[in-house]
Amino acid sequence: MPEQPQILRPQSDRSMIEIENVTRSYGAFKALDDASLTIREGEFFSLLGPSGCGKTTLLRMIAGFDNPTSGSISVGGQPMEGIPANRRPTNMVFQSYAIFPHLNVEQNVAYGLKRLRLQGGEEKRRVEEALAQVSLTGLGKRLATELSGGQRQRVALARALVMRPKVLLLDEPLSALDKKLREQMQVELRRLQQAVGITFVLVTHDQYEALAMSDRIAVMFGGKIAQVASPKEIYQRPVTRQVADFLGGMNFVKAQIVEENGASLVVDTLGFGRIKTDKPKAFVRNGGGTTLGIRPERLRVLWDNATAKFEVAGKVVERHYFGEITHLIVEIPGLEKPLSVTETNDFGADDIPVGTSIRLAYDPEALVAMAD
Amino acid sequence: MIAVRRFLPGGWLAAYAFLYVVFLYLPVIFLPIFSVNTAATPKFPLTGFTLHWYEDLPRTPALLDAAWNSLIVGVSAAVLSTLLGILAARSITRYRYPGRSTIHGLIMAPLVLPEVIVAISMLLVMLQLGLSLSLFTVVLGHVLVCIPYSMTVLTSGFEGFDRSLEEASADLGESAFGTFRRVTLPMVAPAIISSLLVCFTISLDEFIIAFFLTGTEATLPIYIWGQLRFAAKLPGVLALGTLLLVASFLLMTVAEILRRRAARRTQNEGGLYA
Repeated sequence: MPEQPQILRPQSDRSMIEIENVTRSYGAFKALDDASLTIREGEFFSLLGPSGCGKTTLLRMIAGFDNPTSGSISVGGQPMEGIPANRRPTNMVFQSYAIFPHLNVEQNVAYGLKRLRLQGGEEKRRVEEALAQVSLTGLGKRLATELSGGQRQRVALARALVMRPKVLLLDEPLSALDKKLREQMQVELRRLQQAVGITFVLVTHDQYEALAMSDRIAVMFGGKIAQVASPKEIYQRPVTRQVADFLGGMNFVKAQIVEENGASLVVDTLGFGRIKTDKPKAFVRNGGGTTLGIRPERLRVLWDNATAKFEVAGKVVERHYFGEITHLIVEIPGLEKPLSVTETNDFGADDIPVGTSIRLAYDPEALVAMAD
Repeated sequence: MIAVRRFLPGGWLAAYAFLYVVFLYLPVIFLPIFSVNTAATPKFPLTGFTLHWYEDLPRTPALLDAAWNSLIVGVSAAVLSTLLGILAARSITRYRYPGRSTIHGLIMAPLVLPEVIVAISMLLVMLQLGLSLSLFTVVLGHVLVCIPYSMTVLTSGFEGFDRSLEEASADLGESAFGTFRRVTLPMVAPAIISSLLVCFTISLDEFIIAFFLTGTEATLPIYIWGQLRFAAKLPGVLALGTLLLVASFLLMTVAEILRRRAARRTQNEGGLYA
């Protein structure tokens, strides 16, 4: 039976990259501190964090440009220790793209194939195929210096993909592009990854980029991995305040723990009253108190006489207009900080005068407990 | 003063710049002028135009020998100092290590040492080593004075070389040597050629070190020095000097164009995707 071509590849549970207790020290400074991570085959995985969090260090160690001080990295079941970059089953798209300026597009893409000494026009076929994959057909003879930023990025992609690596590493590939092109490339990169089925590991400091493209995300701070989960879980159920903050706006509410058992917590808050919530996996009890978080868009304005099962009342103290949405800052009696509320403008949230008393509906599920 | 201002619209600064250039190049202009003068003594007024002195040059065997010697010394010194310069410039621009700037300074030092002192010291060393003076010892001396120039040209070509280009090459499976051959070398080739030309020119024009370190074989500047004893030979020397001047000027111009091209190639990388 002929093999069925697969366009949308099912997620495999087999691991492609194993990172075990990897530390990279520069003197006393630890760029990466005891990081462990499994990246699955065919997965679009993102390393997300602010600059200096160790994400690029980790990527460069997978590529073979840097070595762990301790710990081990394996790719495709093969330990990478002692294997130089030119003999690893990985290829990289560099932040600067690193297009060879003395070669044209075709020669750039064929660079790595030359060593393989392919027979009978195979090299030409593969170059054409790679250029087609990144929509650069017909530009093969252009000099690298005659290309736009977006085109250079595509050449870098084609040059790596043509090698058919087990893993494609992408170091902030979209950061040099303008906003519109960046958003377009996000969609294209994701589509390309689905089509070729290669494991992609992306380094980025842009949370929207990570959320939009990834199957899973590792959020990193100060050389440590804070959370590894799907975009939805990372966004909705961050395990620490730091992760919550990095992924977007979050209202933090102080709470007292009333009851703690297996998987759930019952807490008392001043503004929201008594709440039962899921206990996060990495939850560490810090005395009797904890922090709850709720995203601004999970609070909805209740219009006129509408009621909800769960609601809080407050007063609008500030209003900020953002085109399709409005940010309202709402003071709630009992809460030390006012709540930030994001409301779409289709019902006229942009017309609510400052000083108005309003009621907000919420889902207790949206209030998540997290470590400080 | 007002007249000067009217004459030079740029004002005092332009006047200064004009005088400055005259001071630099007036003596040089005399050389070609007297080399086509019919009189054997270089003084005004000029007596008539002739190419006679130039026509005599190829008919002087000692001169041809000296030219040949200069060519051998120049090419050898250029190749050797550029090779050593490549290694040094690469280490200075690519790696960070303790003592880097000290080493850089020491390599550049011969540029400011009095040449006659360098020449005497080298002579002492050569004799101590038991080397007999020949064109080979001249080459060694010239390598010493050429390396700082070679370094300057090469570091400007190597600096700003995007390291990720070499990483990209390794990432695509190429070995360290293959990367050097396929990426590094083609990108810095203009700087290397420029360094070769600069070193050749310096060696061609160099007198003191060659004077101390050569045996019986004369290079062109030494030949010229020898001819100055005979007043009748002066116009021929002026003709030869003119040719050397033109050659040096052309070589340096080509070298500078290449150096700038190399610098642009490596340093423009960052600006291209803006």
